[in-house]
Amino acid sequence: MSNKEQLPVEETQNERGGFASFLKKTKAAAQGAFQSIAKALHRFTSAGRYEKMLASPEYKATSVKGMVLVLQESGQSVKAIERAQKAGRVVSLVVTYAFIGFMALVVLFPFYWMIITSLKSTTEIRQTQQTFFPNTVLWSNFVNVFKWFDFVTYLRNTVIVGIISTLGTLVTTILAAFAFARLEFKGRDFFFILILATMMIPGEMMVITNYITVSYLGWLDNVIGVFSAMIVPFWVSVFYIYLLRQNFKQIPNELYLAAKVDGKSDWSFLWQVMVPLAAPTIISIFILKLMGAWNSYVWPNLVASKDEWRLITNGLRNSFTTTTGDPQYGLQMAATILVTVPLLLLFIFFRKYIMRGVGRAGIKG
Amino acid sequence: MIKKNNWKGWLYLAPIIILMAVFTFYPLISTFSIAFMKDYDYIKQTSAGFTFDNFAIVLGLAPTNPEAPVELQGYVTDVVRYAIPNTAIITFVTVPLSIIIALAIAVGLNSIPKFQKIFQTIFFIPYVTNSIAVGMVFAVLFDYNGIVNFLLGTMGREYAWIDLGAPTWKAMIALCIYIIWSSLPFKILIFLSGLAGIDKQYYDAAKIDSAGKFKTLMHVTVPLLSPQILYVMITSFIGAFKEYDSVVGLLGKPGTDATKNMYTVVYYIYDTISQNNVHYGSAAAVLLFVVILAFTGIQFWVSKKRVHY
Repeated sequence: MSNKEQLPVEETQNERGGFASFLKKTKAAAQGAFQSIAKALHRFTSAGRYEKMLASPEYKATSVKGMVLVLQESGQSVKAIERAQKAGRVVSLVVTYAFIGFMALVVLFPFYWMIITSLKSTTEIRQTQQTFFPNTVLWSNFVNVFKWFDFVTYLRNTVIVGIISTLGTLVTTILAAFAFARLEFKGRDFFFILILATMMIPGEMMVITNYITVSYLGWLDNVIGVFSAMIVPFWVSVFYIYLLRQNFKQIPNELYLAAKVDGKSDWSFLWQVMVPLAAPTIISIFILKLMGAWNSYVWPNLVASKDEWRLITNGLRNSFTTTTGDPQYGLQMAATILVTVPLLLLFIFFRKYIMRGVGRAGIKG
Repeated sequence: MIKKNNWKGWLYLAPIIILMAVFTFYPLISTFSIAFMKDYDYIKQTSAGFTFDNFAIVLGLAPTNPEAPVELQGYVTDVVRYAIPNTAIITFVTVPLSIIIALAIAVGLNSIPKFQKIFQTIFFIPYVTNSIAVGMVFAVLFDYNGIVNFLLGTMGREYAWIDLGAPTWKAMIALCIYIIWSSLPFKILIFLSGLAGIDKQYYDAAKIDSAGKFKTLMHVTVPLLSPQILYVMITSFIGAFKEYDSVVGLLGKPGTDATKNMYTVVYYIYDTISQNNVHYGSAAAVLLFVVILAFTGIQFWVSKKRVHY
C-alpha cells in the first residue's frame, strides 16, 4: 500500500459524547496535521522515505486500528472510470504522435532545405525574407555544378575504391569467420579475443603510422599506389568478422558433419553451404562497407594529394572551401544532393539489410 | 582431427593476420614508440633519442624548444586552449542529450499503434547520409542570413552562428545540434531492438500496480533497457571524443578563424602529420587512447551495479 492511499483517514469508532471525545478528536486532529506536514516535508525534500515515517514515534502513536481506507476512485461508476481511462489514453496517444511527428519534421527538415536551396538563386538564398519554396525554380544549378565539382571523376574513384575494398573485405571476413566459427585449432579463442580487443583502440592510433608506412612504400605519388593506400588497409574489419562468425555459429553442426560424411572439403562446404546460408548477413556487410567507402573522409584526404585521385566526400568539401565572398549555396546544395541521393537510393532498395546490419550491433551476442 | 586442422585454421586466418600485422599491430607499437621519441622526422626517419617530454609539450606544460633562448621557446597551446575544452563540451553535451532524445523517440515509437514502420524509417535516414554533405547543409541552415536566424527573427551578420566573426559558443551550439541530429538514428535503432525484447508481462504488472506512464518508464523500461543504454553510452562517448567529420563538414577548416577556434583533439592529431610533428600527434593519440580506455572502464565499473542483464 502506498503512502497516498493511506492518508485520507477518518475516526469511526469510539463515537462518544463529552469531554473525553473532544480530547480524542483534538488529539486526532493534531496527529492528522502532523502527518500532513510530514507528508509535505517528505514530498518537498524527498529525503524522507516511507519506512522512516513508519518507524517514527509519532506515526506509531497514531491508532491505525481506527482508520478506514478511502479509495481515490470511490463514488465513481465503472463507466465513468472507463471513460476517464479512455480519455487519458487518447490524450497520451495524441501527445506521443505530436512529439514523434515534430521530431520527424526536425529530422527531415535539413533534407527539404537542401533540395529547395539547390533550386534557388544566390540572391534568393541570402535575402532577409527566407522563402520556404523557391520563387523561381532554378534548375541551372544542377548544370553549373559540374563546372565546380568534378562529380564524374569522384564517382568513378569512389566506386573503384568502394567495390575493391568491399570485395577484399568480404573474402577476408568469410575466411576468418569460418575459421573462428567452425575449425578447431590451438590459439583460436585467444586470437579471436585479441582481434576483438583491437576494436577498443581508436583508429587515430593507427593513422599516423599507417601514413608513414604508405609513404615509405612509395604509394603516395602515383595512381596505383594512392588507390592501394585507400583500399588495402581497409581489407580487414574486425566488427564484420564478429558479425559473420555469430551468423556462421547459428548454422547447425549437423550440416557440417553431413558434408564431411559426403566427403566435402571444408573449402567447398564454406562456399557451397555456409556462404549461401549466411547471404543476408553478407549482403548487409557488403552494403554497409560500400556506404563506408562513400562516406570516408579522413584517410583519403591524407593520401590523395591530387584532385583527380580524390573520393567523393573529399571532392565535395574541397570544391567549396576556397570561395571568397558570398558562398554559392545553390551550387553547394546541388553537389550535396548528388552525393546524398546515391546513398538514399541504396537505403530505399536495401533498407532491411542496412537496418538489420546496424541493429545487430545492439543485440548482445 | 584437431591436430590435422591446426595449420588449416591459421591458413584461413592468414589474410587477416598479414593485414592486421601491417596495419593494426605494427602501427600500435610504432605509434607508442614514436610518442616517446624526441624530434621524430618521419620523412627522414630520424629521431634525437628517447624522451617523455612529448606528452608534457602536447599538454602545454613544457616548451617545444627548451634549448632556445626564452623568447624563442614555443608552446603548443592549441590542445589545451581549444582541442580539449571543445572535445569535452561536445562529449558532455551531445552524449546525454542525444541519449535522452533517442530514448524518448524510441519509447514513443514503441507505444504507437499505427505508422510505426514509416516513422522508424524516417528516423533512420540521417544514418545513411554523408556527414560532410549534411554538415554543409547545416552550414546553410545556420548561415547568418539562413533559416535558423530567420525563425529567430535575428537576420544579419552580427547574429552569425558559424560564419566569420561568430562567437565560439554559438558555433558550438550549431555543432552540437548537428552532432545530436546525426547521432540519433543509431541510438533509436538500438533502443527499439532492445524494447522489442522486453517481455510484455512487466508492463501488465506495472499496470496492475497502477503505476503511471512516467513511473513505468523509469522503473520498468529504463532498467530493462540498461544493457542497450550502456552499449550506446560507451559507443557514443568514444564517438564524441573522436569528433572530426562533423566539424569539417559544418565549419570547413576550423583552425583558420581566430575568433572561433573549433579545433578538436583528433583534428590536432591529423594536423601534426602535415606539419611533420607526428611525435606530438602520437603522444596526443596515446593520451586519447588512455582517456577512452579509462572512460570505458569507468562505465563498465559503474554498470556492474546499475545494469540488469
